[in-house]
Amino acid sequence: MRYYLIEASYFLASILFILGLRGLSHPETARRGMHLAEFGMLMAIIGTLMHQEIVSYEWIIAGLLLGSAIGTGIGLWVPMTAMPQRTAFSHAFGALAAALVGISEYSLHGASLSKFTMGALGFDVLLGSLTTTGSLVAFAKLQGMLPGRPMTYKGQNIFNLSLLGVIVLAFVILIFHPGAAPLFYLMAVLSLVFGVLLVLPIGSADMPVVIALLNAYAGLASAAIGFAISNNVLIIAGTLDGGSGLILSIVMCRAMNRSITAVLFGAFGKVSETSTTVTEGTMRVANIEDLAPQLKYARQVVFVPGYGMATAQAQHAVRELSTALEDAGVTVKFAIHPVAGRMPGHMNVLLAEANIPYSQLYELEQINPDFAATDVAVVVGANDVVNPDARDNSSSPISGMPILEVDRAKEVVVLKRGSGKGFSGLENPLFIKPNCAMLYGDAKESLTQLAQAVLKE
Amino acid sequence: MNSQGYIATVYLFMLAAFLGYQVISRVPSLLHTPLMSATNAISGISLVGSLVAAGAQHSTLSTTLGFIAVTCATTNVVGGFIITDRMLRMFKKKRTAASEEQKP
Repeated sequence: MRYYLIEASYFLASILFILGLRGLSHPETARRGMHLAEFGMLMAIIGTLMHQEIVSYEWIIAGLLLGSAIGTGIGLWVPMTAMPQRTAFSHAFGALAAALVGISEYSLHGASLSKFTMGALGFDVLLGSLTTTGSLVAFAKLQGMLPGRPMTYKGQNIFNLSLLGVIVLAFVILIFHPGAAPLFYLMAVLSLVFGVLLVLPIGSADMPVVIALLNAYAGLASAAIGFAISNNVLIIAGTLDGGSGLILSIVMCRAMNRSITAVLFGAFGKVSETSTTVTEGTMRVANIEDLAPQLKYARQVVFVPGYGMATAQAQHAVRELSTALEDAGVTVKFAIHPVAGRMPGHMNVLLAEANIPYSQLYELEQINPDFAATDVAVVVGANDVVNPDARDNSSSPISGMPILEVDRAKEVVVLKRGSGKGFSGLENPLFIKPNCAMLYGDAKESLTQLAQAVLKE
Repeated sequence: MNSQGYIATVYLFMLAAFLGYQVISRVPSLLHTPLMSATNAISGISLVGSLVAAGAQHSTLSTTLGFIAVTCATTNVVGGFIITDRMLRMFKKKRTAASEEQKP
């Protein structure tokens, strides 16, 4: 009886998780969907607590309370601008949980494991361990605790691949000799090391792909533990998580026109040094007095936010300016590049936080034909995603990457901290085009001043 | 578990992967960040494994590992769902008057 009750709770949870994710296909149904998923999770936890193997509840309650406290703290107080770091951090936690369950399972059954179960456990521990440390490195890079630039050394790829080879070899031997405990722990430790080495050479600009990929690994680790302890809800939920991460990494790679292998092994920084095209020309500097009337009497203004908007915390200032323009009768749109920011969809969340309705947010394919009819395009802290070299210069390292074609607008204003290069270290010929003007300084301040000037105009 | 059971789980995995692909490819890029935190919370379902490890009292090692795993997974479940809801609440279709949403 107990068995069927537990399985029923898992069955219900699986259905509710799928319905919950389906709700995310539209912002209006998303919240309701998530409430379903939350209810499913609660049911699954209650069901598990009835498990007959559980004899003491002290450590369970302690863990649940401690986890809830940390989770609530993180959930309520992490600012939206720090969402990429938070996500990387939670991937580390999820992967660690999956890896520890695998290790505990191995420590109990060890030599008596079947080939199938050992295979699943091996996958779980391998993916779980490397995702834990890999995500922590990604977190440290995003948080600024480690330099965001790719960290490379000679023979890196060969070393990493040999390390992976040793890990896989240990894994294969374990499948045939599951009793070889030292080998199992060696595999876990080497996977931890491999996770660090895998993410260190990846630059911050490639973080959207890395975060999505680590998402996939963490999910697959959960699915693998589901195989190992033959738990269906774990297989389903882990697969959904892993699949989602995989889809997102493919979307991100496509948006950068790069392959996943290039992101993982191709350290972005190296390419740009060799093929920098020298661009001749002078940049035009804009000033707020001239810009304000231009914006106010425009028919259509398109804002292009990038990671710089997040670092300058300028999303609320963008909203102030856009509201002022809308009140003056200007059509205001926002163009969101899929890889703008440091994680998929980051810009959308920041603009939504600033109370900009989602009906004004446009994807790349929707907005590009519209730039020709745009009077002013305002680029806030974005660089590579508006670099026309990706379209025009076939020798550019980012050649072929789909860009937001702001240079087709009648006038482009680029808000930038200084006249330096963008994150990838590439020259951006957009800045010296005749229809482009630069507005230097802190984006938040510039936007606030612009909004005031528009209101006074 | 017998070999029939193994095959059944592989089928389950495959079907879940197909279904997941269908459901998730319909999520607009607008909601990709909430999607990520939502799937993250959902994969905290590894709790079902860690709860048993923490409460079964097989050995000190497995209880300790289980306890840490319960803590990590719960953090993800609770934190993930709270953050997802916080984000989804912000997505509005129209500009609402007098809704200067302050940062928490």
